[in-house]
Amino acid sequence: MDLNANIPQGNMNERWTDYKGHVKLVNPSNKRKLEVIVVGTGLAGASAAASLGELGYQVKAFCFQDSPRRAHSIAAQGGINAAKNYQNDGDSVFRLFYDTVKGGDYRARESNVHRLAEVSNAIIDQCVAQGVPFAREYGGLLSNRSFGGTQVQRTFYAAGQTGQQLLLGAYSALERQVALGNVTMHSRHEMLDLVLIDGRARGIIARDLVSGELERHFGHAVLLCTGGYGNVFYLSTNAMGSNVTAIWKAHKKGACFGNPCFTQIHPTCIPVSGDHQSKLTLMSESLRNDGRIWVPRLKDEKRKAVDIPEEDRDYYLERRYPAFGNLVPRDVASRAAKERCDEGYGVGTTKMAVYLDFADAIRRYGRIEVGKQGLEHADEGSILKLGKGVIEEKYGNLFEMYEKITGENPYETPMRIYPAVHYTMGGLWVDYELQTTLPGVYALGEANFSDHGANRLGASALMQGLADGYFVIPYTLGNYLADEIRTASIPTSHPAFEEAEKAASDRISRLMNIKGKQTVESFHKRLGKIIWDKCGMARNEKGLMEAIEHIRQLKIEYWSDVKIPGAINEMNSELDKAGRVADFIELGELMCIDALNRQESCGGHFREEYQTPDGEAKRDDENYCFVSAWEYKAEGEWVLNKEPLTFEIVKPSQRSYK
Amino acid sequence: MEHYNMNLTLKVWKQKNSKEKGNFETYQVNDISSEMSFLEMFDVLNERLIKEGKEPIAFDHDCREGICGSCSMHINGKAHGPWEKNTTCQLHMRAFKDGDTIVVEPWRARAFPVIKDLVVDRSAFDRIIQAGGYISVNTGNAVDANAIPINKKDADHSFMAAACIGCGACVAACKNGSAMLFVSAKVSQLALLPQGAPEKRSRVLDMVAQMDKEGFGNCTNTYACEAECPKGISVDNIARMNREYLSAGISSE
Repeated sequence: MDLNANIPQGNMNERWTDYKGHVKLVNPSNKRKLEVIVVGTGLAGASAAASLGELGYQVKAFCFQDSPRRAHSIAAQGGINAAKNYQNDGDSVFRLFYDTVKGGDYRARESNVHRLAEVSNAIIDQCVAQGVPFAREYGGLLSNRSFGGTQVQRTFYAAGQTGQQLLLGAYSALERQVALGNVTMHSRHEMLDLVLIDGRARGIIARDLVSGELERHFGHAVLLCTGGYGNVFYLSTNAMGSNVTAIWKAHKKGACFGNPCFTQIHPTCIPVSGDHQSKLTLMSESLRNDGRIWVPRLKDEKRKAVDIPEEDRDYYLERRYPAFGNLVPRDVASRAAKERCDEGYGVGTTKMAVYLDFADAIRRYGRIEVGKQGLEHADEGSILKLGKGVIEEKYGNLFEMYEKITGENPYETPMRIYPAVHYTMGGLWVDYELQTTLPGVYALGEANFSDHGANRLGASALMQGLADGYFVIPYTLGNYLADEIRTASIPTSHPAFEEAEKAASDRISRLMNIKGKQTVESFHKRLGKIIWDKCGMARNEKGLMEAIEHIRQLKIEYWSDVKIPGAINEMNSELDKAGRVADFIELGELMCIDALNRQESCGGHFREEYQTPDGEAKRDDENYCFVSAWEYKAEGEWVLNKEPLTFEIVKPSQRSYK
Repeated sequence: MEHYNMNLTLKVWKQKNSKEKGNFETYQVNDISSEMSFLEMFDVLNERLIKEGKEPIAFDHDCREGICGSCSMHINGKAHGPWEKNTTCQLHMRAFKDGDTIVVEPWRARAFPVIKDLVVDRSAFDRIIQAGGYISVNTGNAVDANAIPINKKDADHSFMAAACIGCGACVAACKNGSAMLFVSAKVSQLALLPQGAPEKRSRVLDMVAQMDKEGFGNCTNTYACEAECPKGISVDNIARMNREYLSAGISSE
């Protein structure tokens, strides 16, 4: 396949401006005749659907939840980056661009990242105009904080609920377009197949999750904004319903899958407590602004955390990475935690956890407050009380959440945390215009292979989702649709729709008729364990080969022994899940193949065979400076296409946070 | 935290679909760990029911971290169960002890018809937002984010109102099935911000009209909504909405 990223020519700084200046436009009377399908209503989907509706296109939006407001973007905690430089600390579009390319370990496409940094400021403006209540200073201006992998304060936030506030902003904009009749919303619907006619996107097959009926929907273009596939690991910080199905169907119809093995393991999550565990909960990266990470210096330490004296603690991030300390990027922080636990220094009953400690921050803030309030003679108790108040204002909801889950009070004793699957940098391969290798099929937000390379920096996912939806797709989609103005709506009685619906329906019947003995959930757990063990934070050739073998076995077993209760034409969440898990199994195989093929370590992809003497990821720019774009050929059979990455501005070097 | 295991009796509302009548079914669940979440306890039960060839219990859930607003169980007579400021998904089994009987129902409200078992239709909330729960600003129309300073106190109050997750517990908790807390939270969030000012009047009038049309009940100031709200949304918002409504009504005439 000829992969063309369609990157505009000219100066990096001017590419996006030039592109916008020359891109084809669709006049308002033609926009009314063009139909656009948007699947998924998270930050990318809701912002795209709203913006395209405003432009006058006829938009049909789909989400599997009962309301578009529930998409999992809502759970993003810490913040959203922008190059505003409101703090006067030297930030700029260039620095945001540079940090993101470096943070991604030089596996992202420079032109896309530059555009992302350019539009970042407009996102903040847009959100504030919509009524997103970001945190503010006493003077009434916006407040910022730091995130990992940067040395400036460029993260805008709304307590630990930034994703919620941004999503509700986009959701309101979407509902406004619904009210105006520009967007038709289909909640509790799941896309089950893509419809192509003469190789172009012409619609989707969706299932009404209440009635179980299959529906046909026509569109001149299809936008997949369905988020990431972290649930392939079973346990992740994703929502229970987050799935790969929509993009996997597109993949099987010809859209290349980019860098499937690039997954992000987030360093600070609440550790697994037992077999019953259904999901993991993140503790925002923003906590690393103030929390210090440590483990005991002694193995088999029996004392309680608060009783362990300073000299018996190992603040291993501060020790190994003095320049960035606790704010190293996620991949680095996660591996360092794993290393300590594997060496036997872990804490808690499972010994698979490290401490995240706020005692110093509480004392520090307490002293500042004492100073501010002129209480020179305050005793230790009052200082701590004031300090806790400051911490509560910054992170109150996170501390509360931690206490609800663990039953421990993090103001008094350090949090126990461990890395968990959080985000997937991989996704459908897209060109500069966000178009996949299928004409008319676009992927936005986490669903595309993204601007984050091999590792995403904190507070950049929200930025990318909204950049794609508000400020990129409204321009690039027009460039495609301008040539579609002569295509009248195709009736869904067309044989292509019939065929796709039949395929979806046959698959459902096949699943229902297996009538085996094992539940969907039990298969999902087993798949997750294989992938976490062999294609998780550390990977090696032997393990990956075993994983591929195990997944193939699991797939055979799944299709002969899965048990799904209930009927097809009713609300049946087990059946919904069964289709998703079947797709995860196929994806899992491809992830391992990709990880096996990439014989280097970069960002979140750590191959044990390729590391520096001090245990850092060792890239191989000579041989692996490309995007892997996997083309589906047949069941379990893929062809690798490579998009070479060229770095014009940020020259690849060994990433150092020391 | 000490862990323990418990055996429980569950009485759960079962209803095949919106048309058929429902009833309580009793289930015995054993060896439930105090470390499990309430929904994980349901997972355990559902896994068993599937293996036994029975229908699992349908319930809405998604993020399982208390923010998406999907989960919606009425537990022992309280929306989201016994813990204050908490969602069902964040409720953990250490809230219960061995031998307890737990009654689980869907949200009960005229405007939230049952779809199946514990799943209800809350699309009325979306339609209320459609009526005016937004600021009309097209993409690209915004001025610089710091062009209009906002008093920190107003911004903070706006945020506190905006923290609503739209779960509908306020409606379920209210004896009248009123949606005043939900609607007033959105009205307040936007009324407290200068950006929300131009549409202030039409917003409150239109949203309230839609709320009435959806069949939500009236507010009689019992404050059960605030008490059972998982996000601690204050009834002050209702007072603010009433003021907004009154002044909008006067000025529109």
